[in-house]
Amino acid sequence: MAAISTPPGGALSGGGLLPNWAPYAVFLASTALVSAVLAAAGSFSIGLMLLFGVLVSCVGIYVWSRTVEGSRRAVDRTMTMAIAAAFALAMIPLASLLFEVIKRGVPGLSWEFLTEDARGVINGGGAAHALVGTLVITGVATVISVPIGIMAAIYLTEYGDGKLRRALTFFVDVMTGIPSIVAGLFAYALFELFLGPGIRLGVMGSAALALLMIPIVIRSAEEVLKIVPNHLREAAYALGTPKWKTITKIVLPTAFAGLVTGVMLAVARIIGETAPLLVTTGVIDSINSNPFQGRMQNLAVYAYSEYRSPGIDKAASYDRAWAAALLLIAIVMILNVVARMVYRRYKTEIR
Amino acid sequence: MAQVDTTTNAGQLLAAASGGRRRVGDRVFSNAAVIAAVTILALLAGVAIFLVAEGLPALTHSASELPDGKSFIDYAAPLAFGTVLAAAFAAILAVPLAVAAALFITHVAPRRVALTLGYLIDLLAAIPSIIYGLWGIFVLGPAAVPVMQWLEENLGFIPLFKGPASATGRTMFVAGLVLTVMILPIVSAVAREVFSQTPRKLQEGAQALGATRWETIRMTVLPFGKSSVISGAMLGLGRALGETMAVTIILSVSGIVTFNLISQANPSTIAANIALDFPESSGLAINTLIATGLVLFAITLVTNMAARMIIARQNRGE
Repeated sequence: MAAISTPPGGALSGGGLLPNWAPYAVFLASTALVSAVLAAAGSFSIGLMLLFGVLVSCVGIYVWSRTVEGSRRAVDRTMTMAIAAAFALAMIPLASLLFEVIKRGVPGLSWEFLTEDARGVINGGGAAHALVGTLVITGVATVISVPIGIMAAIYLTEYGDGKLRRALTFFVDVMTGIPSIVAGLFAYALFELFLGPGIRLGVMGSAALALLMIPIVIRSAEEVLKIVPNHLREAAYALGTPKWKTITKIVLPTAFAGLVTGVMLAVARIIGETAPLLVTTGVIDSINSNPFQGRMQNLAVYAYSEYRSPGIDKAASYDRAWAAALLLIAIVMILNVVARMVYRRYKTEIR
Repeated sequence: MAQVDTTTNAGQLLAAASGGRRRVGDRVFSNAAVIAAVTILALLAGVAIFLVAEGLPALTHSASELPDGKSFIDYAAPLAFGTVLAAAFAAILAVPLAVAAALFITHVAPRRVALTLGYLIDLLAAIPSIIYGLWGIFVLGPAAVPVMQWLEENLGFIPLFKGPASATGRTMFVAGLVLTVMILPIVSAVAREVFSQTPRKLQEGAQALGATRWETIRMTVLPFGKSSVISGAMLGLGRALGETMAVTIILSVSGIVTFNLISQANPSTIAANIALDFPESSGLAINTLIATGLVLFAITLVTNMAARMIIARQNRGE
């Protein structure tokens, strides 16, 4: 690819070619120059250095390349540098965010934070109630959405045809775009109708999360069911196996690792949801592991309320908010990594 | 007919041929699949129905009974304005950045590392929004204060940067930047997908004619991916419209309507307003908030359906 896109200079006007290290050299030189100017002006900062460093590099590489290689090559080099810079710019928030969450989250983490609730504690306490709530709410949401999601995916890949199939495919995509707060309002409106106004229950949060989780489960399950080769199904039919047995004994086991991975990734997506739980599960200080009875705390809402209504010692509250954030991000990352490992380790090899 | 779909028909024939017990199993299982499919469509309809049912009282009661004593339109309009402003700001920044990042992964970076780089971008989508909110208020906000002051001093003649610049960073500008980061992976994923599908023939043809890498991208990759990028941008817009926690935490709201991005007084968004007010509300205030949620649902539904239709048309065209 690289060899094709940089043919011998003869094909393009100009004649010469810049050395391979040219872009890096230009970037380093520009950054050094910009740093010197900024330092001289007394307004040095890393942000300004990178910003002007990139701008000056783009100009620098253009001028250099234009004098040696001609204008078309110069535009090419400038655009390549700009694209690389844009990618780097997109990575800065990720790096900063992970760094800050770890830096600010670690001080608040402790054994007490993980094992104690905040009942009767005026200023402090742990987040065990939030951790338990997160696990219960997400667990119930998973129990609701996995069977229905996988059955719908089976419908799409094994049975579906005509209008219903097309409608389902389209609306599942649309469903992935439902704002999470709207899912929360839906769950509230649903339960309020039967249980009266002001109701707050763990299971309401699960219903909201299930609404967000179902389309993700369907999408990923459909993908893995689709790649189960048809000759496996045909072989089963040839042996006289009924269709439902073919699906449950051949198709699903073949796709099992992919299904598990998809569900884990879906859980990772919803476990950090805050908004739908804010309007459905409420806030509470003690451990409640019964989703059908009373309010329930969870990690994301816990982080939010520690920030929103800090105790007398503001810094300690913020520490707890960040510790909860760190815990949450760790759970999400672990789920992501384990999901991918499961897939790599247990996927059925199909020739 | 039998040749079109041998698999299904063979299965059905065999099942039909081999007696009652098996057919019962088949019928139960296929009915269960259909029920699951119908349930999901019913669920989506249910969202609309329940929101209408619970939101309707806000539309039928007179203005004096509603929160702030305003009619629903007067109550919801500034919120809708803030929602669209924040989302549009984020989409305008995110789309070029996401397209460039996608181009970098598919056409510039060495193939060995491309997969990893794609994974890094996807990681941005995995981070819970509450954490973006905390990051925005504690890290990005303070860092953006000098930038906003600079914008006020040098570009203050543009209404967007009229100021006075906030000293805390709790502005539409910072909220928009955080939304930008949050929707970047969505737009980028769609762009990456379509860019990597650009027919090799086209690209190699351009290269054979002596095109540079940028010329190849400009003449084959970008035109090929244009409609997908547009739909990706709309998916990102939909996400930004409905994003709640980051905006709730960052924005200091005052219910005004202004294009000024950098001052302390900002319009709220529908989602953020619900998250702020819902936990302490009761009675008709709840109905009003649900009605605004319905407005948000309608806006995002239209955006997403339009985006999906563009994608569907693209897929059929191939």
